[in-house]
Amino acid sequence: MKFPPATQRTLAEIGAISRFTGRFFSRVGKPRFEVQEFFRQCYMIGNRSLGLVAITGFILGLVMTIQSRPTMAQFGAEDWIPAMVGISIIREIGPVVIALICAGKIGSGIGAELGSMKVTEQIDAMEVSGTNPFKYLVVTRVWATTLMVPVLVIFADFVSLYGSYLAVNMRGVTSLALFTQQVVDSLVFSDVLPAFIKTFFFGFAIGIIGCYKGYTSDKGTEGVGLAANSAVVVSSLMVFILDLLAVQLTDLLGLT
Amino acid sequence: MNEPQKNTDREVVLQVRHLYKSFGENHVLRDFSIELFRGENLVVLGKSGSGKSVLIKCIIGLLHPEQGEIQVFQQQVIGLEKEALDRMRTRVGFLFQSNALYDSMTVRENLEFPLRRHGRDKSLSEVNDLVMEALENVGLPHTIDLMPAELSGGMRKRIALARTMILKPEIMLYDEPTTGLDPITSREINDLILKVQDIYKTSSIIISHDMGCVRYTANRVALLVEGRCFATGSYDELQIHPDPAVNGFFE
Repeated sequence: MKFPPATQRTLAEIGAISRFTGRFFSRVGKPRFEVQEFFRQCYMIGNRSLGLVAITGFILGLVMTIQSRPTMAQFGAEDWIPAMVGISIIREIGPVVIALICAGKIGSGIGAELGSMKVTEQIDAMEVSGTNPFKYLVVTRVWATTLMVPVLVIFADFVSLYGSYLAVNMRGVTSLALFTQQVVDSLVFSDVLPAFIKTFFFGFAIGIIGCYKGYTSDKGTEGVGLAANSAVVVSSLMVFILDLLAVQLTDLLGLT
Repeated sequence: MNEPQKNTDREVVLQVRHLYKSFGENHVLRDFSIELFRGENLVVLGKSGSGKSVLIKCIIGLLHPEQGEIQVFQQQVIGLEKEALDRMRTRVGFLFQSNALYDSMTVRENLEFPLRRHGRDKSLSEVNDLVMEALENVGLPHTIDLMPAELSGGMRKRIALARTMILKPEIMLYDEPTTGLDPITSREINDLILKVQDIYKTSSIIISHDMGCVRYTANRVALLVEGRCFATGSYDELQIHPDPAVNGFFE
């Protein structure tokens, strides 16, 4: 059977990313561990995305609340706005939107950084000076994104709920205590846990795809741009695919 | 130019025999053989894209040739285990064409980087001394806290050389050390190459097509044509070589 060239390229790409991921898992447990670089990456990835994630989350909560008010009002269910917005943000919209923002910010950053290191022979220079570049650059970054994206999502969820609280108060009066009470009451364990777990996978996908694109880039400076661009596109797509899988899985396990 | 010495009775530190390397249909090295003697500067001369850089990347183990032998200090490089390869690399320095300074690190951190792995038994003050010594040898001790982006092209080349020399390698591989530099800066780099040869007693392979660099630094010149070592000899010998494929470089 012969596939058209575009399909062949896509399949080859999927294969290459899978092999790269396999390489990550074969290296991840072996010493030596680049602890210092890992913490530096956590700081860079987490801290530098904080502002962007906060603004996005805040607007998200605010807008969702304002948009859902007319519909809820038709049913006389304005009291339910905090619960509804809370569930939709924490279960679905918060993780996905923040993961997409991170794919844009972190994925492109990693793609461009490793891409330029690759084309200016910096990765070769590390290899020659006795430091395993895969461990130093890739393993640390993938760990950092895997752990930092969930933290950023949790942070954004809180900011988002605060935005929602302000929006509720634009047309009425609700105390922060009551708002919080309504949100917390409506949430159950099976809302929070699957949403929390999937963010680790989002973080991992963003890290591994950004690193793959950068680490394997070529064709000089043009390749760097290409690496950054395709890192964002592929990891954004991957976030949606993983989300689909996560939703199916939680549905199958009856965690709805 | 340096006086060529007699090749007899001299210790061979690096030997390449019948090396083959191709990229797809592009056969870059075809039966390439060469020897490097202790203490000499050997320039490998060839057209752009003729596989000069490929040769020294095979020697340092960044590229894997299809066939042939590479011996560094009587040790076979091809098929070497990671640990042994790392040990070999402490004795062989590589100066990259693009310098390959780590953009995200200061000059000091760049110089300390090779010591992360190979100088772990050294104390902080010893590391500091090594960094300062390396920087003083290239005449740039004041740049220690600058970022690579703040340096000029010639300065970057010198820092890259300092970073390579910090492990005091016995063999140096220079990948087009003067490409993209102005004539005066090139001259400074050439002086440094001779200084390195003199101070550290290194044996060097210099990849170049800059004839000024070749004449100034070479004890011996090897000509790479069509993937083979076409001719070797001193600069003057090759200049009057009857074959136009050889003397064409010197016009």
